[in-house]
This record gives sequence, C-alpha cells and structure tokens, in this order.
Amino acid sequence: MLRFLLSRILLLIPTFIGISIVSFGFIRMLPGDPVLLMAGERSLTPERHAALLKLLGFDRPLWEQYLGYLWKLLQGDLGISLKTKIPVAQEFLTLFPATIELSLCAVIFAIVLGIPAGVLAAVRRGTVFDHSVMGTALIGFSMPIFWWGLLLIILFSVTLQWTPVSGRIALTYFFQPVTGFMLIDSLISGQAGAFKSAARHLILPTIVLGTIPLGVIARQTRSAMLEVLGDDYVRTARAKGLSTVRVVGIHALRNALIPVITTIGLQVGTLLAGAILTETIFSWPGVGKWMIDAISRRDYPSVQGGLLLIAGVVMVVNLIVDLLYGLTDPRIRYRS
Amino acid sequence: MSDAVIVSDARKGGKMALLSEFWDYFSESRGAVAGLVVFVAVCLIAIFADAVAPYLPQEQYRDAFLKPPFWQEGADPRFILGTDAVGRDILSRLIYGSRYSLFIGVIVVTISMLLGVTIGLLTGFFRGAFDNAVMRVMDVFLSFPSLLLALVLVALLGPSLTNAMIAIALIQQPHYVRLTRAAVMSEMGKDYVTAARVAGVGNIRLMLVTILPNCMGPLIVQAALSFSDAILAAAALGFLGMGAQPPTPEWGTMLADAREYVTRAWWVVTMPGLAILITVLAINLMGDGLRDALDPRLRRS
Amino acid sequence: MKSTKLFGAALLMSTMLAVGSAQSKTLVYCSEGSPEGFDPAPYTAGTTFNASSKPLYNSLVQMDRGTTNVVPGLAESWEVSADGMEITFNLRKGVKFHTTSSFTPTRDFNADDVIFSFARQWKKDHPWNQYTAGIAWEYFDGMDMTALLKDIVKVDDNTVKFVLNRPEAPFIANMTMDFASILSAEYAAKLEADGKKDMINQQPVGTGPFMFVDYQKDAVIRYKAHPDYWDGKQPIDDLVFAITTDASVRTQKLKAGECHVAPYPSPADIASLQADPNLQVMEQEGLNVGYLAYNATQAPFDNPKVRKALNMAINKQAILDAVFQGAGAAAKNPIPPTMWSYNNDVQDDPYDPDASKKMLADAGVSGLKMKVWAMPVQRPYNPDARKMAELIQADFSKVGVEVEIVSYEWGEYLERSKAKDRDGAVLLGWTGDNGDPDNFLAVLLGCSAVGGSNRAQWCYQPFEDLIQKAKVLPNNDAREPVYREAQAVFKEQAPWATIAHSVVFMPMSKKVMNYKMDPLGSHRFDGVDISE
Repeated sequence: MLRFLLSRILLLIPTFIGISIVSFGFIRMLPGDPVLLMAGERSLTPERHAALLKLLGFDRPLWEQYLGYLWKLLQGDLGISLKTKIPVAQEFLTLFPATIELSLCAVIFAIVLGIPAGVLAAVRRGTVFDHSVMGTALIGFSMPIFWWGLLLIILFSVTLQWTPVSGRIALTYFFQPVTGFMLIDSLISGQAGAFKSAARHLILPTIVLGTIPLGVIARQTRSAMLEVLGDDYVRTARAKGLSTVRVVGIHALRNALIPVITTIGLQVGTLLAGAILTETIFSWPGVGKWMIDAISRRDYPSVQGGLLLIAGVVMVVNLIVDLLYGLTDPRIRYRS
Repeated sequence: MSDAVIVSDARKGGKMALLSEFWDYFSESRGAVAGLVVFVAVCLIAIFADAVAPYLPQEQYRDAFLKPPFWQEGADPRFILGTDAVGRDILSRLIYGSRYSLFIGVIVVTISMLLGVTIGLLTGFFRGAFDNAVMRVMDVFLSFPSLLLALVLVALLGPSLTNAMIAIALIQQPHYVRLTRAAVMSEMGKDYVTAARVAGVGNIRLMLVTILPNCMGPLIVQAALSFSDAILAAAALGFLGMGAQPPTPEWGTMLADAREYVTRAWWVVTMPGLAILITVLAINLMGDGLRDALDPRLRRS
Repeated sequence: MKSTKLFGAALLMSTMLAVGSAQSKTLVYCSEGSPEGFDPAPYTAGTTFNASSKPLYNSLVQMDRGTTNVVPGLAESWEVSADGMEITFNLRKGVKFHTTSSFTPTRDFNADDVIFSFARQWKKDHPWNQYTAGIAWEYFDGMDMTALLKDIVKVDDNTVKFVLNRPEAPFIANMTMDFASILSAEYAAKLEADGKKDMINQQPVGTGPFMFVDYQKDAVIRYKAHPDYWDGKQPIDDLVFAITTDASVRTQKLKAGECHVAPYPSPADIASLQADPNLQVMEQEGLNVGYLAYNATQAPFDNPKVRKALNMAINKQAILDAVFQGAGAAAKNPIPPTMWSYNNDVQDDPYDPDASKKMLADAGVSGLKMKVWAMPVQRPYNPDARKMAELIQADFSKVGVEVEIVSYEWGEYLERSKAKDRDGAVLLGWTGDNGDPDNFLAVLLGCSAVGGSNRAQWCYQPFEDLIQKAKVLPNNDAREPVYREAQAVFKEQAPWATIAHSVVFMPMSKKVMNYKMDPLGSHRFDGVDISE
C-alpha cells in the first residue's frame, strides 16, 4: 500500500518538472515584446528599450532564465506581475477562491441532478423518460457553453431580470473577505440579504459551468448502473424478492458510483477550462478571466505562474482520484 | 474473445458481411441515424455552399444593418435569418461557416490521430524506458486544461485558424496515444500476434497490418468524439478572439462579433451558436451509435 | 482563537459600515477595467488614472473640470521667468493628506512632497526609483522630462522652482498630467522604514478629494470622501468602482440600477440607453483621432497623389454609420475639433470613387494590391478596426485596389507597425495627453518620430519646420496660426486618411448631478452629487 502511494507521488516529480518547462518555455517564446506592449501607442528610444529589457531580466540567455525561474519557484516565488507589480502567487491566491467556489457549485449542481437522472434512466431503460434524459444529457455534453451563457443572460438577466448580470455580490454589501468564498463570507458578515445576493449571482454561472459535467455524469451513471444491474448478485438480490428501491439504492448504486466518482475527478481539467469561458462571460473575478487578461497583455510572469499553478491543481486532483480508485479497486494497485 | 468473434465473422463472410452487420447494429439506434442524416446534410451544405447560399458571406448590404429574421417585424424578406451589424446575410455566413467547422474537424482529427496512433504504436510495442518517457510527456500535456493550453499555444503562434487547429490537434493527440498504447499492449499477448511473430513477420508490418486493424474500434469512437471536441474548441478560441479572424464566417468568431448585440439583436447571437450545437450534437449522436455498434460488450447487454 | 477574533472584527466592521451606509450618499461607477496600481506615475492607462490620480491625488496645477484650461491645484500660483527656463510654484498652505487605516499624517503638504514625487521618477539613484522590481516611469520619460529638467529647487517650505534646460511651451500643461501627482514624502518614509515600499502602490495616501478604503482585485474599489479636502468635502460620501469589463454587461447593470455611471457603452446600445427614462446620456467629441496611415516611404504610397486618390475612395459616412453607429464625427484634420488651433477652413477629401480611379490611373497605378492593418482591440478612436478594415477593403475594391486585411496581437501590432519598411497601410489612432497640439502633430507626424509613433513614416520638411517653430513660441496666441498652417500642409500631402474622431458617450442615471465630461477622456467624480 505504502509502496503504491509512494510510487504515485514520485511519478509527480518528472511531470511537475515537465509542467515547469512547458509553462516557462511556451511563454518565453511568445511573440511580442512585453516592454513595447507597456509603451502602447507611445514609442521608446532603443536605449530605453534595452534598459527596460535588462531591468526585467529578458536579456539573459533562455536556460539561465529557466534555472533562475526554477530556483525561485522552489522558494515559492513565481515572480511579479508585469501589470500590477504584485507577486503572481499572491494575485492567484486572491482570485482562486472565486474560481473554486464557482467550480464546486457547478460540480454539486451536476452531481445532484446528474446521478439521480442517470440512475432513474437506467432503471427505466428504454422508456420515454430514459430517452429524454439521455437526449438532454447529450445536448448538455455537446453545448458550446460560451453561447449557452449568453442565451441565459438574454433570457434571465435581460428579459426577465430575475438574476443579476455579473459579479459575485451586490455592491451594497461590503465586508472583508475571510475565506474568499462569497457564500460563506456573506453568512459570516451577518448582513441581511448578503447571502441571498451572493447566491443569486452564482446561479447562472453555476448552470453554465455545470452543464457539460451534468451531461457527462448522467451518461456515465446510466451506463455504470446498467452494467451493475446486469451483474449476477443484483439478479440474485432481485430473485430473492428484495424491492427495486432497495436493490437499486443499496446494492447497485454503491458499485456503480466508483466509475462515476472517477469521472467526476477527471472533469477537473475540463471544469477549469470551462471556467475560463464562464468567467469571461459573467465578469467573474477568478483565475480563468485573469489568465485571459494576462495572455492578452503578455504578462509573462502571470501567465507562467497561472499555467503552472492550474496544472499543479489538476495534477494533484488527478493523483487523489487515482489513489482513491486504487484504494477501492485492489486490481489496479497491484497491476502498477 | 469478442474480437475473435469479429475476426472469424470477417473471415467467413468477408468485408461486406462485416459492414452490413455493423450497419444493422448502428441503425438500431434512431438517434445515431438521425445524427448521421444531419451530419451528411451539413457536409453537403458545406460542399455545395456556393450553390446553396443566397449571398456571398462577406457581401455587405449597407441598406440592411441588423435586420431581424423573416418572422419578426421589420425584417427584410431578402434575408431569411436576418443580417449582422455590417449588413451581411447571416444564413449565408452560417452556410459558408459549416465549411470551416468541418474542415477544422477533419484536419484536427487527421493530425492528432496520425500523431497519436504513431506514438501509441511505438510506445505500446517497444515499452521500456522510451515508453515511460513518452508517457510522462503525455501526462504533462494532460495536466493542462485543454482550452488553456490551446490558448497559450495560439497566443504563442499568433491568432489564426491554422494555429488554432495545430494547437487543438496537439492537445488531443495524447488521448490517441493512450488508447492505441493500451490496445496494442492487450493485443501483444494474444495468440495471433505470437503466431505472426513466429512466422517471421517484421516489426513494422506486425504493427501496421496485424495489430492496428484490431484496435480500430475504440479509435474510431475517439475520432468521432474528438471531431466534435475540435469544433467546440475552435469555436471557443474564435469566441475568445484567438481562433479564426474576422471576417471569416467561422461560427465561434461570428459569436465573438455578436456579443455586443446581446441586448439588441438576439438573432446575431443565437444563430451561430445553434449551428454549432446542432452540428456537434449530430456528431456525438453518431459517435454514440458507433460506440454501441463497435463495442460488442454493450451489444449483448 | 485567532479566527474567532478575525470573525469578530469582520462582523464589527461590516455592521459599522452597514449602519453608516444608511444615511450616506454612495455613487457606483461601473469601470471598464482594473487599475494596474494606485501609484499613477509608473502607468499609462486611463483606467488606472481614473482610479488613482483622479480621485486620490492632486497635482500642482490641474485642468478645470470639463475644460482644457489650466487652473491652480496644490500650487496657488506660478511664475514663468522671462527666458522661459524657470517656473516657480507657490504652494497652497494647510493641505491635509488622507488619514487611512495604515497611516496618520503628522504634517501638512509642503515642498518636500513635491520634490519627492518628481525626484523618484527623475533620479536613477533615488531610493524610490526602483521601489518594485521592473517599475518604469513611462510618462515621465515619454514626455522627455529627464532631458528637460535641469533642477528642482526647494526655495522654502511653500515654494518650489523648476529649472529647465530649454524653454518648453507645453511644460505647464504637462504638469497637469497624471504622472505629476503629488504623493506624501512622510508616508513614503514610513513605508521605507517598515520595509513595505510596495504598499505605496496598494494602499495609497494622497491629498485628493477621495481617500482609499479597499480594493478587491478585479471586482470592486471603494473610496470615501476626504473630510479635510482643501477644496471642501465632496457632496457624495462613498465612491465605488464596480469593475465590469464587458460593455454590454455595463449597460445592463446601468439599466438595472446596479450602477449610476457606466462609461464606454457599445455603440449598439446607445439608442436604447437614450430612450431609457431613468438615464441621461452625455456626449462630447473625444480628444482623439483615428486614421489610416500609409507608408510614405514605400512605392506607390510615396506619391501624395496616390494617397490622395485612395483617401477619396473611402466612404467615411458608411464607416461612421457601421463602425461608430453615430458615435463618431468625420475627421479632416489630424487634431480633434475640441483642441485649440483646429483649422476648420481645411477642406476634406470628397468621397468620389470615379475621380479616385482616374487619379490612380494618372499616377500610373493599376492592379494595386495592398495590405490594410487592423488593430485587434477596441480603442476610443476606433471601436472596431476589423469592421473598419472590411469596409475600406470593399471601398478600395471599387477603384481596383485589392486589399488584404492583416492583424496581429496588439503588442506585436504596435511594434511591427513602427517598422520603416512596413508593408501596407495601418489603422491606428491617438488620444491626447495634455490638450496641446504639439502632442498630436509632433508626436505623430514629426520627423524624429519616423520609425516610432509616426506610423506614416512621413518626414516632410515644410511641415516639420512649422511644428518646430510653434513649439518654442512663447504663447498660444502666437503658436495658433502656425499650427493652422501645418494642418493645411498635412491635408495637401495626405500621409493619412483621417477617418474619425470618436464621440464619447457617458450614460448615467438621472440621479447623477453636476457630472462634467472631460475633453481629455478621464472620468472625474469630484464635484459630482447624487439625488436620493
């Protein structure tokens, strides 16, 4: 067991080095000179240009820059944003809770709707209900979410005015962030209506970001359930006269959930990619939107740091899923 | 074991029988057939865009900015689905846009499949340190959210349709690598491979002629999946201004242009998205049908 | 234990604020982007200035709200020596800096603050010159202050003398700019002692009408009125910037009453904003110009007749309709009509494709293929360069010129378009810094700017002589006729197709009173009130 754990964790090291090379290498090869970008329509003298390049360390050979980068990285220093002159790690951490909050809500939304829908569809296989659930799930799975977000805004925010247009909470509420999660902070603040406002702001982004995972989870649950329902022990249980609810609810579901949980874990990357689009559409102050801004602004340290941290998060979540899976299924543990 | 069934079937009845059996299973699903019909229709529209489209996609009618579709008040009967902000016919742009989406799908699937299958075959066949190293590189690729990596790659290469396709293909190829590698590894232990080896078949021939055809099932399903993924990803890049550049009538790019009309001209926003959704949905329906028809395990259940 | 304390503090603070907000007047401004920081001097973006120099700081002299007239700021008066080389500022007395959660000032504003604010940008060895790694003083250097300044002398606590290396007519106008904001030397000394120099950029302290309360990154900035402001406390108590980057979202929030003022509406929304009974939409021509710059060093564009012919092929009205949707005015001069010395006698090139075709043929040009560069971003002077390029493409094809539209990512675009041997005509524009014509004509069309901000690569001696002469004339009355003549020369030589000046729209709630649009394009909330 310990060996399995250790080997999995050791495997992370080369991956992490790979990630650092990729995030460093890609970004440093980006066209467009950050110094010139800062100058905008105004022009620089060649001397001033050279001085700025030197100041920012862009004049040294690439490998030297990489080693310096790695060394600082190990000390937790991801560099300073060219735009705001604030440490990248600090910027990322201030914005990351917003992304986590949104992603968690989206996952919960997808699970709460997706698993029951998938189970029921499997139990009532071949019925109209099954077909409509699977049809809807496939539509969700095929959805261009950036368009979906715009449609929901047109309908609910613009036409019906049920939900706010953007942001995380109405501006009338002001409190210092404690956890960074607006839902929790609004409760802590004790201000009347703050929680409700935060929740209302979350509805549309949650639906948009949760749509694809919802489709995936519903489909996965249904097929896992079908497989389990066909297994001998379930048939036996049924033959023994146990009620369908008992069979499905206790015996089948428990076994069917293993692959579903894995699927959910593997959705983290997709979720973060979706967060980029969702945050852009809803002006949600999270890391996805921040990355887009940083990329378009050639803010090298921010893009580097952001890529690295996001990939790191995906890597760690994948590891956890992997370990959980290994724990539940001994075959996998021994095979590796 | 199940593969053996296919193989023996194929030997008995030849390829035609295999195909007709496949079709029998495929056509069992009404959804898959509907998907196929829509997909073929989109293909035909793309091929015959010049004949089908009422106007050229860049043609600007300066007397008709932002006209709504025909059923709304104030519509211009010349433009069935209305016009955009510079007076271009939306229907024609959608029709020509189908060319880009299908083209993107075909190119991305071709590049990523060729690359991924080659790498997968090599790693699965030779194993060892080489395999290990390659798989670590693939892990690195898979650690980045695909869209983010594509965005950075496109920013690196410069925003254009070609670069968007290259970026998406690069991001999709690890999936083919993993699939092929796993399939190759499971096939390698089988009797027919050992038999072929004993008979003195060379490595390359063994890989391409003996093993590869037997891994085709999952690869075809993956191809359908990545076809629709590629269309979505390219549209997302276009939407973020990093894909095809205006005035190209690519659907995602049209959406990006349309964003500022959210409150005023819903059709400019709705139509391109609907086109993306319908196309992607059709391909995914087809993909589901393909999977069911190609995966004998599901067939029996 | 610690967390409960925090919890309690947050609770207390929020309840206090909640009680406070019951009677106070709050103005919410949906700003278009996040500020880069709160120290204005290292930055160049208007968005940053709107959140830093405008509410938080003062400069020695400033623009009267809504005009380009220079009025006293932290200097009550100033004298220029006869040779134009020495400018003496008499500082205002009794000016208080902000008292914030992190700093309590012990003295009033004085000459040391002025010296500190400029010396840190000017002297490479000043301890604050590099208070954060990679900081650069873009505007200070961009306005060539390093070469211009000879000395800054503290005559006494309330008198500062600037000594220049050469007479410079626009110097006083430059002193109104954002980089010339006055920071507190005392606060800086405290931060330096605490080893927290960075904080000057994150927890700003100034003398301005509003003081900084809090910034939640990419979401909200909060200010409150400076109770001891030298010009009197502001009518509103709290000022909130709700950062909303998307134009259509800003419009929605404004209509929903979530903000009182929302700048830069998308042209498509203006009609509906004007129709809204709860809103008012102010408008003004912006201090900017959008142009298409030919490359005057490359054949056949080195021939003024070819450039003129192409200008006549452009249907400006169609561009104004489709791209600006009414939010633009046709440009005939390289400077905007709100600027002094604008030459209204200049005749614009008429739209005449037939004449254009003939002129091209006379110049021996046929089957011309060219590139038109379209910027990838929205700018005030050009809300949609790609759309504009597409329209120009269609116009040029009517006179037999085939256009290929090219675009690069913004930074690269700016860089590549500077190249002297650039292939093609480039769409770009300019927004004025200090309201001086020199800031347009010399920067964009002067010989020394070729290969830089002179995107037409156009160096024409008669024009150059005029703008150099105007630069050193002692007063604006003497400079005006020279600039008018320069504009006539420009039109005749046609290095650009002048396309449009934007009309800036500022939609706001009808509750907002006394807002004035700034011809320089900034957004100021001093003096603004809000009715309940």
